[in-house]
Amino acid sequence: MTTDHHHPTEMAPIEARVAAIESVLVEKGVLDTDVLDQIVANFEDNLGPMNGAKVVARAWSDPEYRERLLADGTAAIKELGFEGPEGEYMVVVENTPKVHNLVVCTLCSCYPWPILGLPPKWYKAPAYRSRAVREPRKLLAEMGTDIEADVEIRVWDSSAEARYLVLPMRPDGTDDMSEEQLAGIVTRDAMIGVQRL
Amino acid sequence: MTNGLDDTSLPRDNGELVFEAPWQARALAIAVALVNKLGLPWDAFRHRLMDEIAKDPQRPYYESWGAALESMIVDLKLATSATLDAATPTERTPL
Repeated sequence: MTTDHHHPTEMAPIEARVAAIESVLVEKGVLDTDVLDQIVANFEDNLGPMNGAKVVARAWSDPEYRERLLADGTAAIKELGFEGPEGEYMVVVENTPKVHNLVVCTLCSCYPWPILGLPPKWYKAPAYRSRAVREPRKLLAEMGTDIEADVEIRVWDSSAEARYLVLPMRPDGTDDMSEEQLAGIVTRDAMIGVQRL
Repeated sequence: MTNGLDDTSLPRDNGELVFEAPWQARALAIAVALVNKLGLPWDAFRHRLMDEIAKDPQRPYYESWGAALESMIVDLKLATSATLDAATPTERTPL
C-alpha cells in the first residue's frame, strides 16, 4: 500500500488546460457538468461497433433492408435506432468478390460515432491517414489483410460530409446463423475495411 | 520518422479503450456539448481540429483536440487566453 494518493499529483499541461476550459465554461453557465458526464457515459456505454455489427447482420439477413441501407444509409441505420452526431450523412459501401472498400479520414478523424463509437488510435495516426490513400494494398497487407491483385480497392475519404460504413461480405459457412449470432462475428476493423471476415 | 505504423497501433484488437485518460473524454464532451448548446454545426469544431492537426501532424491527437477547443472558445469570446491561464490548475486535487 502506498499513500501517494494523499498527495497532489502534477497534471500534464494539456490535462490542466482542458480542466481550465471546463471550469471557465461551467462557471459562465455555458456548460453543465452533468451534461458533460452524460455525453461521456453515452460514448462509453452506448456507442460502439456493436451497433454497426447489428446493422451489418440485419443487412445480411434481410435483402430488403440491405437495399434500403445501400440506398440511404442514414435512414436505414436510424431504423435500428442509431443516430446522432457524426452519423447524419451515412453512406454504406458494399464489399464484393471484385471490390474491397476502405475508409479513412485524411484530414482529421471523421468517423461514424453512432455505429462505431470513437475511432481507434491507428485510424487517427498520420501513417494510416496518408498511406490508406497512397498505397492501400500495401498498408492492408501490413495490417494482415491481403487483397488479391484482381480485386479493386476503393478508398473512401470521410473528410467530406459523408461518414462511411463498409458492409463486409458475409463469410461462408454462416447460413445457419441467426441475426444475433451474425452480429457477434462482425468486427470494427471489418466495418472500416482493414479486415476481411 | 518512418511511414510504418508502429506495432502498438496495429488493429489487432477490437477491444481498445475508448479513452486513454479521463481528460480526453472531458475534452470530447466539451466540444460536443458546446456546439449543441450554441446551435453550431459540428463542422465549426471539426475544421479547427483539422487545422490543428495539419499545423502539427505528429502532436498527440487529443492535444490537437484541446488546442482546437481553446481556439474555438477564444474566437467565440467565451474566454480569453488570460482567463484560461488563471483558471489552469497545476495540481490534481487529491482523492
